[in-house]
Amino acid sequence: MEVALFITCVNDTLYPQTGRATVELLERLGCTVRFPLEQTCCGQIHANAGYGHQALPLVRRFVKAFGQYEAIVCPSGSCAAMVHEQYERLAREAGDEALLAQVRELAPRVHELSLFLTDVLGVEDVGAYYPHRVTYHPTCHSLRLERVGDAPLRLLRAVRGIDLVELPEATTCCGFGGTFAVKNAETSAAMLADKLACVQRTGAEVCTALDNSCLLHIGGGLSRIQAGTRSVHLVEILAS
Amino acid sequence: MSAGGFTDSARAELRNPQLRRNLRKATTTIRAKRAAVVAEVDEWEALRDAGRRIKQRAMNQLDVVLERLEASVTAAGGEVHWARDAAEANAIVTRLVRAAGSDEVIKVKSMATDEIGLNDALAAAGITAHETDLAELIVQLADHDRSSHILVPAIHRNRAEIRALFRAKLPGAEDVGDEPAALAEAARRYLREKFLSVKVGVSGANFAVAETGTVGVVESEGNGRMCTTLPETLITVMGIEKVLPDFDDLAVMLELLPRSSTGERMNPYTSLWTGVTPGDGPRAFHLVLLDAGRTATLGDPVGRDALHCIRCSACLNVCPVFERTGGHAYNSTYPGPIGAILTPQLSGMTTGTDLPWASSLCGACYDACPVKIDIPTLLVHLRGRVIREQGGPKGEGMAMEVLARTFAHRRRYETAQKAARLGALPLSRDGRIERRLPGPLKGWTAVRDLPAPPAQSFRDWWKEHR
Repeated sequence: MEVALFITCVNDTLYPQTGRATVELLERLGCTVRFPLEQTCCGQIHANAGYGHQALPLVRRFVKAFGQYEAIVCPSGSCAAMVHEQYERLAREAGDEALLAQVRELAPRVHELSLFLTDVLGVEDVGAYYPHRVTYHPTCHSLRLERVGDAPLRLLRAVRGIDLVELPEATTCCGFGGTFAVKNAETSAAMLADKLACVQRTGAEVCTALDNSCLLHIGGGLSRIQAGTRSVHLVEILAS
Repeated sequence: MSAGGFTDSARAELRNPQLRRNLRKATTTIRAKRAAVVAEVDEWEALRDAGRRIKQRAMNQLDVVLERLEASVTAAGGEVHWARDAAEANAIVTRLVRAAGSDEVIKVKSMATDEIGLNDALAAAGITAHETDLAELIVQLADHDRSSHILVPAIHRNRAEIRALFRAKLPGAEDVGDEPAALAEAARRYLREKFLSVKVGVSGANFAVAETGTVGVVESEGNGRMCTTLPETLITVMGIEKVLPDFDDLAVMLELLPRSSTGERMNPYTSLWTGVTPGDGPRAFHLVLLDAGRTATLGDPVGRDALHCIRCSACLNVCPVFERTGGHAYNSTYPGPIGAILTPQLSGMTTGTDLPWASSLCGACYDACPVKIDIPTLLVHLRGRVIREQGGPKGEGMAMEVLARTFAHRRRYETAQKAARLGALPLSRDGRIERRLPGPLKGWTAVRDLPAPPAQSFRDWWKEHR
């Protein structure tokens, strides 16, 4: 199966290991991975900050970069949800009927990674070995927009050697929220403090999730307090 | 967009440990109760859809439905008054109280009268308003206090604080204990005398049915039942969006509301009245229909969904921002996620325009909303409106423009990746940026490290290996 990798700008720039793990995992599962080099950012930064009009060229760019592929896989619930939840609205608000038709046609071919594995490829045991104590944080957009449900947990439970521990108050937001973490930094920090306390209660070495943007936040906090817990994208566990 | 606002207020509220603890305890309790009673309804999602459709139907023909309501109420012996804004509504109520020959009123907890500042307006006219909801009474007794939650106005106070307040301010409660029953009894003794002596009652309305002219209030303490039945005159102030087309619509709403708000299958008191009934209840009934920005809100094809709100406050209780800052940080009658989409719109985008940013867009509010208001989408929509109509903070528009231009071209994007790597080099150690940075990253680096951009981006790796 041919798969186009929608890497996201955050992963491309800050987390290349997540991209490499995605490629390795998909190839291990028999996929042929393509990487359209014309992709940049999906436009979520602009859309969520109130600059939706500036996101529009990025929507068009995405359609051009990925339009030809049958399956487009994204190791980020949030960026996949941007395509699924906001592209139609942005095209409609711009009054661009052609673009609207294009994004409607394209959106169902875009898959969040964990759902692609469980629902499209139909695998749960991907042959991984990861002998560490791990806790899983369901990121808000993967949980409430992509509706990944327990797909990531089913994938993790099949990993050999893993000591998977439940995160208390797991579904509470970590406080990232894109520009929210900067604009309302104190409120965001208060949310983060509670999330870090929950992570620490698990005694896990690794906190994992489907979004590196949220892990940038949680991991940045864990690092600052020298918690002894790392943040690792879920696909890196599955690829190991 | 105003600088400060929520951000500054939140900063102050976050530093109040008692408040943080009170909020955490209260919201955690009510969340668990709601989750339990929602889970036992098999067709909950279908009910939410039904609730949403009812509100859509009412809003889509609001003018017709309201005139139908006016006709029904009038036919049942009530009198309907139309108020364009807060000032008109306050003037109408003041005139009606005076005409009834009273200089005091007893009040049922009401968001609409909070919104228009009715108590202050009545006080200015020499009329004393007695709040009879226990929590509203607490807020009223404490000078300079304000409600901080739609359903639980005194959620920011615990019983030790309430005991101190009652001992200082409530007649006859000089040595009350801190048990909830003792506090309630002290309030009850004080309020009972008011219920039996004051001639005018003022209420809001949870719903009003156009078909029959029936107005309804749901509550837990029985104070609402007394305020709407004992006085000679009853004045109800209601936002025009509260109208329901048909009596059957109540069945859906009365199933959705208590489970979502108090986490109860059914609320203890549901008072419904239709005009006046000789020999039973108030002899005069006045319904004040309040616009105050609602018609204008209806003009926004996305934002209008905020008018579907039935004031259950489920969105507040599940909101991770509200749980930490409390309601006062919003500087708004309506706090929390619903306040963030309602307040700016009702004010014609003049106040609370920073509130759409007081959210991490986590979406918990949308999942909890009994009438399926897509609050995160409305927040993003309103952010866009504020930016387009009023502009963003200084420098932000320019920064966004530069970023958009960078993302618009592959070469510029790849160059920027390299520049970020080089720029971060002097700041990083062992792949991390641990120091505090100035400018927009100041807030971030105050409590969080940043990963330094690695030597090789993913695309560079791809080009090399694939």
